[in-house]
Amino acid sequence: MEFIHYFGEVFAPANFLILVFGTIGGLLLGATPGLSPTMAVALLIPFTFQMDPAASLIMLGAVYTATVAGGAVSGILVNIPGAPANIATILDGHPMAKKGRATEALHYCFISSFIGGVIGVLLLIFFTPPLAELALRFGPAELFWIAIFGVTIIASIGGGSVVKGLIAGAVGLWLSTIGYNPVLGEERFVFTDHLAGGIHVIAALIGLFAIPEVLTLVGGAATSRSKVEYAELSTHSVWRSFAYNISRVKALTIGSVVGSFIGVIPGAGGQIAGLVAYDQTKKMSRDPSAFGKGEPDGVIAAESANNAMVGPSLVPLLTLGIPGSPTAAVLLGGLLINGLFPGPDLFTVHAKVTWTFIDSLLVGQLLMMIFGLMIARYSVFVTRVPKHTMAAAVIVLAVFGTYSVQNSVSDVMVMLVLGTLMYFASRIGFSAAPLVLGLILGQLTETNFLQGRMIAGDDAWGYFFAGPINKIVIVMCVLSVAYSVYSERGQIRRRRAQEAT
Amino acid sequence: MMSKSRALTKSLVAAVVGLSFCAGAAIAEYPDRPITVVVSYGAGGATDFQARIVTMMSGMEDKDGKPVYLNGQPMVIVNRPGAGGQVGWNKYVEQAKPDGYELAAYNVPHFIAQSIVFPKKVKYNIDNLEPIANWGADPAVLIVNKDSPFNSVQDLVDYAKANPEKVTVSGAGLYVGHHIADLQLDKAAGIKTKYVPSGGGVKALQFVLGGQTMAGFNNLSDAYRSRDRLKILAIADLERNEFLPDVPTFKELGIDVDDSSVNFRGIMALKGTPEPVIQVLADKVPAMFKDKKVVAKMQEGGSPSRVMTREQVQKMWKERQAYLADLLKDLRKDE
Repeated sequence: MEFIHYFGEVFAPANFLILVFGTIGGLLLGATPGLSPTMAVALLIPFTFQMDPAASLIMLGAVYTATVAGGAVSGILVNIPGAPANIATILDGHPMAKKGRATEALHYCFISSFIGGVIGVLLLIFFTPPLAELALRFGPAELFWIAIFGVTIIASIGGGSVVKGLIAGAVGLWLSTIGYNPVLGEERFVFTDHLAGGIHVIAALIGLFAIPEVLTLVGGAATSRSKVEYAELSTHSVWRSFAYNISRVKALTIGSVVGSFIGVIPGAGGQIAGLVAYDQTKKMSRDPSAFGKGEPDGVIAAESANNAMVGPSLVPLLTLGIPGSPTAAVLLGGLLINGLFPGPDLFTVHAKVTWTFIDSLLVGQLLMMIFGLMIARYSVFVTRVPKHTMAAAVIVLAVFGTYSVQNSVSDVMVMLVLGTLMYFASRIGFSAAPLVLGLILGQLTETNFLQGRMIAGDDAWGYFFAGPINKIVIVMCVLSVAYSVYSERGQIRRRRAQEAT
Repeated sequence: MMSKSRALTKSLVAAVVGLSFCAGAAIAEYPDRPITVVVSYGAGGATDFQARIVTMMSGMEDKDGKPVYLNGQPMVIVNRPGAGGQVGWNKYVEQAKPDGYELAAYNVPHFIAQSIVFPKKVKYNIDNLEPIANWGADPAVLIVNKDSPFNSVQDLVDYAKANPEKVTVSGAGLYVGHHIADLQLDKAAGIKTKYVPSGGGVKALQFVLGGQTMAGFNNLSDAYRSRDRLKILAIADLERNEFLPDVPTFKELGIDVDDSSVNFRGIMALKGTPEPVIQVLADKVPAMFKDKKVVAKMQEGGSPSRVMTREQVQKMWKERQAYLADLLKDLRKDE
């Protein structure tokens, strides 16, 4: 219960001010496409040179928390996920916005982020030692199977046809092989220097989601000068959203549990936490067909998962110096620069700074929700923007966001080309989510497979199938595929029955 | 309380200063505008982290408001990660202008080894780059898990002799210092280990901590932080290190592994940069690296610093080039 003693530190005026500004800034940075949580935290590291350790960690923690949630705002309102972690959110968040329920979707997004986030931080406070042991057990073999588990949900994630989902996923996996092989350093499919660095996930993400949206808007603007075609925006009271949100226990539980678990695994990252949680919620729902068309449970599961990941991703960081997510890796720099070395010392010698930081994460979750709900009110302005203005604004954000990731014009070209192709693909029923998922999982699968093969030597079979974690995840993969086949056959039968009558 | 609010004011000032780079006074001589420094690795990695520390004093002014180094012009870090540094460095030599306003951070032996192993696809080598100054040197150390049966380098070598290609050794990537150290160990001890490149130093460390590989070569700074959970068997340098005075060098153990794998980090310019500009940089940058605040921050972060002047780095580059060309001659990839 040591952490309770240090809450006073969080509310010291200087620290609290930093927490407030960090949270607001994080929400705004997160809502900007291309500015991922990792980038935002990295950009702020130099400013911590002049701060005392507690204050600088409070700022970095607040920005981490808030950018993860803020990334959902642009996703819900204009269909561009702010960061890879928000892909799952837009699958139902944007359809909700199109039906005039943007404010409501944002409410669910921030309330669920808060609930998931608090659960994640509480896990960090109470279960750090066992979770750290768990984190160390995930080697290349275990990560490979986790990635394969992700692959099994590709087809079902986009909604619509399973065959088209599989094709899109396969194209995504292929895109992930472009550039240098991450382990062996060989060049593949590099026809031009622009592809030498591979296809960056953020560039693909922005292109695949934003450009088709822009082209659709432009197409609409040419025929009519009307406003963006949203249904009349219904106002929704925050309290009603609260009541509904808290009643969705199943989605919240799945989101928080999946998010926390994936957060602990070093290297898996929050990118797949939201997607896995979304998929499980959909499969366990009474009405899976409502997902993808504006089902609040989709938003709730995805957002509780990606914020639940924040706390546990700090477990291996604080105890072992191994970051659980790319953002935590940047945070490691922030710790070191203040002379705080991960390990047991953090909780004894530096207990004051460490606990103040962890407490500020808890308070930060609350502030994030409050400011987020305030921002949600202004979503009405975004939906009233005329189409041609909106298209121009989105394209500026897309180009700016992509370029800023690694200051590369090549990324911008990749983004524009992928986006344009996606526009035509979407007209014949393909969706972007399985493609991006394939791209993310391709890198994870390949790297861990190759590393596992090198470690295993002659006995690759024995290496990949040994140990309880591998076996559990393999069973989950088999069940996931079996369920997909079963439900697809059920749907075909139902369709036939309908046609017969 | 007082100190806290002062720290806050300071940091807010720092933020404002940081955002208003362009407002600096125009001075006729070099440099009269901000200098960009390309880092070929991602934000938050060891190279990026140290580059940000050693360049932080560039834009500072002393108490009287006079610029201390480089006319008070800041150095701005630009990350261009990809393919173990090849993307950033290739772009740098192909696209940057040799005017002294676009510099880059180097990692030796990485960039030299890459230029030897991939002579076609890698566009950079020691002949089209000009060293400015070195800020740090991170030696590779041989580590095993705390629970490992190996208690010395000899244990590991004996086991490897009895079981060829069974000892797995993790490292940050291909043809980086860790890989060079492993190749040297194989050659010197007459063994064959299996090198497993991972996605960076921290990941390689995790493989050793989690028991995925039997041993690993890693950065001294990273291993030092995790020393409670590791056995650090030997250091691939000519002398013992102040951070780990009890760890012997390979040479002391009778294994001929020298300091060729030490990860040197510093700043370089393009060949063709005007001589006066190079002189200003070669004069001011090492002094900046030695600034009290920089040294203190490096020390706090557990990053061993080693400041070297332009002449010293020129010599070091040439030595590494000659040695690595010999060590890696059988590994050329794209001829």
